[in-house]
Amino acid sequence: MEKPNLSLIKEISGNDIEFENNILDIIKLEFPEEVKLFKTNFEEKKYNEASSNIHKIKHKISLLGLKKGLETASAYEIELKEGNIKLHPNFIEILDKIHVYLSN
Amino acid sequence: MDCIIIDDDATARLITKQHCLNSEQINVVDEFSSAIDAIKYLNTKSVDLVYLDIHMPTFSGFDFIETLKNPPIIILTTSDKNLALEAFEYKSVVDYLVKPITKERFNKSLEKLDSLSTKEKSSTKEKNTSDFIYVNVDRRLVKVNIPSIYLIEAKGDYINIKTDEKNYIVHSTLKKIEDKLPSDSFFKVHRSFIINTKEIIDIEDNTVLIKKDVVPVSRSNKSELMKKLNLL
Repeated sequence: MEKPNLSLIKEISGNDIEFENNILDIIKLEFPEEVKLFKTNFEEKKYNEASSNIHKIKHKISLLGLKKGLETASAYEIELKEGNIKLHPNFIEILDKIHVYLSN
Repeated sequence: MDCIIIDDDATARLITKQHCLNSEQINVVDEFSSAIDAIKYLNTKSVDLVYLDIHMPTFSGFDFIETLKNPPIIILTTSDKNLALEAFEYKSVVDYLVKPITKERFNKSLEKLDSLSTKEKSSTKEKNTSDFIYVNVDRRLVKVNIPSIYLIEAKGDYINIKTDEKNYIVHSTLKKIEDKLPSDSFFKVHRSFIINTKEIIDIEDNTVLIKKDVVPVSRSNKSELMKKLNLL
C-alpha cells in the first residue's frame, strides 16, 4: 500500500530544505481546512462544491507522492458531480493517511 | 519578464513563485488567490506574463482570459490533464503546465517563452522601420524622434518619455510604447523603465546610468541586458 512521501516535493525544491519546509508548512495549514470544507459540503449533499474541494485537495495528494490516491481522487471528483458516492470511503482513507503523515 | 501568479491554492502559488525565482528570468510582481482581484490589478498595471490556474471557485481561469481585452501571455497551471485542447483555443495561452509543476517542466516552458519572445522581437523589428512615433500630448499629436529617446519611465497611468530635446508626459503604458520601439536598441530593464541601450554610460550592480539618470535594473532582466551590450 502506498504511503505519503516527500520525493516529489524534494524534486520540485531541488533539495532546497527551506523551500521544502515552506511547502510542507502551507500543506499543513491548508489541508485540514480543505478537508473540513469537503466534509461539510459532502454532509450537506452539496456534491458540486464537494467535487471542487476534491480538485484542490488532489494537488496535495499528488505532491505527497500518492499516485493511486490521485487516481482515486480524480475519479471521485468526476463521479461525485453526478451524485455517485461509491468512492467516498476510499477517498476518506486517503485523507486519513495524509492526516496521520502530516501530524507526525 | 514581469509576471503575476493567479491560483486559489497557496501551495501551488508558492511552487510557481519559487520556480520563477530560481529561473532569474521571471520576476513575480504579485500573486492572487482570486482571478477577480487579478483583473482589478491589471486594470491599472501591465505585466508580460500570467501563470493562471484554470479551476478556481466562482471565476475560472477561462473566465479570466475572456474578460481581458488584451490579455498578456498566459501559461495555464492545472491539475486537469484533459483541458489542454480547450486551453489552446485561446490565442494568449502559450503553455499548459500540469500540477505539481516540476523544475524540469518549468524550464521547458521557459525555453518555449524564449523562442516566442525571439520570434516576436524579430517580427516587431521588421514592422518598425520608422524613426518616429507620434504621441498624444495635451490633445496634440507630437512627432518624437525615436533615436533621441534615451529613457521612458512609467508613472501610474502615464509614461514620461525623455529625449535629448525635451520630456513628454503621455497617457499610455510601457507595454504599448515598447511594442513601437526597435528591440535592438530599446530594452525594458525594470517594470517601470525602458532604456535606450545605446545611451548607457555605465552599469553598476543593479543600476544603469543613462545620461544623468540612474535607473534600476531588475535581477531577472540583468542577464538579458548584458547580452545586448558589446562586452569586451
